Amino acid sequence: MINLFNYIDRLSPIHRLTGASKLVCLVAWSIAAMTSFYTPLLVALTIASFALFRLARLRVKDISFMLGMMVVYILMNNLLIFLFSPGHGAQIYGTQTVLFKIAGPYTVTAEQLFYHLNVILKNACTVPIVLLFVCTTNPSEFAASLNRIGVSYRISYAVALALRYIPDIQREYHDIALAQQARGTEMSSKASLVHRLKAASAILIPLILSSMERIETISNAMELRGFGKKDKRSWYSARKFSAMDFLAMGVCILLVLVSLGLTMANGSRYYNPFI
Amino acid sequence: MKKFSVKSIVAIGIGAALFFVLGRFVAIPSPVPNTNISVQYGLLAFLAVVYGPVVGGLVGLIGHALIDFSYGWGIWWSWVIASAVFGVLAGFATKALKLEEGEIGKTGLIKFNLIQVVSHLICWGVVAPVLDILIYNEPLDKLFAQGLVAGVSNAVTTAIVGSLLCVAYAATKVKAGSLTKE
Repeated sequence: MINLFNYIDRLSPIHRLTGASKLVCLVAWSIAAMTSFYTPLLVALTIASFALFRLARLRVKDISFMLGMMVVYILMNNLLIFLFSPGHGAQIYGTQTVLFKIAGPYTVTAEQLFYHLNVILKNACTVPIVLLFVCTTNPSEFAASLNRIGVSYRISYAVALALRYIPDIQREYHDIALAQQARGTEMSSKASLVHRLKAASAILIPLILSSMERIETISNAMELRGFGKKDKRSWYSARKFSAMDFLAMGVCILLVLVSLGLTMANGSRYYNPFI
Repeated sequence: MKKFSVKSIVAIGIGAALFFVLGRFVAIPSPVPNTNISVQYGLLAFLAVVYGPVVGGLVGLIGHALIDFSYGWGIWWSWVIASAVFGVLAGFATKALKLEEGEIGKTGLIKFNLIQVVSHLICWGVVAPVLDILIYNEPLDKLFAQGLVAGVSNAVTTAIVGSLLCVAYAATKVKAGSLTKE
């Protein structure tokens, strides 16, 4: 079975951090990057995120597939923004510096390019961090981490169950798909869209009905073992916080404060070099 | 906080796993970039109807977040939250339908589809674009075009897949009052 979540086991300072502190850092980092359009901060975050990547001893080869997808995604997104609204940058920054014209409303302005740069930076500084989290956190530690940062253990356990059953359901989906294909169900691009949707349902119905039975079986088994009777539970893969964990969380929470502080000091979310 | 029953915890877990597998491997690309026609919303609507709004919302939230995690392109919180909202809204159909009693019928299907279409419109036409504006400040028309395509295609797939699932599930349940005294 392919390793979906791409956990890569290596010895590095990032791997040694507990899952819980990495989760806090991931959330804080995304908040800092999401709330701000302050370009120097975004540049700093991007550089820092790539530096952290080096620190985790991950090679480009490990993640080349995901990286490629991300680049295509960012390019498509920017193309779409330009097609729909070539004047968006001028609207945000309040000035208009025409560089050259293409056709009709499609005029390239410095403001528009600067806005695109910001959008790309916003993606570029969060994506490596998400990849970093995914590649350095053991999935079985993930649920324990969620519980550690205050999510109720019942919901954390639901996440653990989801991670546990994804490979099983994938296998079952595959089996049913093969069985249906043997009966002549056409799923490839040769069939029309409506036809493919119908074919998909021919697989879905047995898959979901058997999953409903699975829900019954698992919940009976858990109930028999007294799940949910106490207010707390322990986790096999939970670890204690070390000094590095507190340092990492401290730095990331500071980042959120810096990001919010810059927005307040600047009077707007945008860093405007055009005035 | 209200305690969950064990069954709803398991339903959230298995539901999120199903949502993940369907969203990750059964995606049919649509003409607008970054937007797939996704059968998983049919499943989400169905699960929400069977298990209620809380399970629906959490299945959407966890399932969608896991999909984003596995692609590694960053978590698109705006769309993850929109999925969760869809699960919650569709869950309000639970009371209107009596799936557990093995009945769905024409009026049930109409109600189900009415609710799911309205929920899709709210999620992809309002929730997702508004959050995208707050977070990324992308141009309005682009977001609404993406939202519209996503909303309409999701509503269509939910109408086909979700309705079929409801009928199939209701058929497996014993109808209320199906025993007669002799």
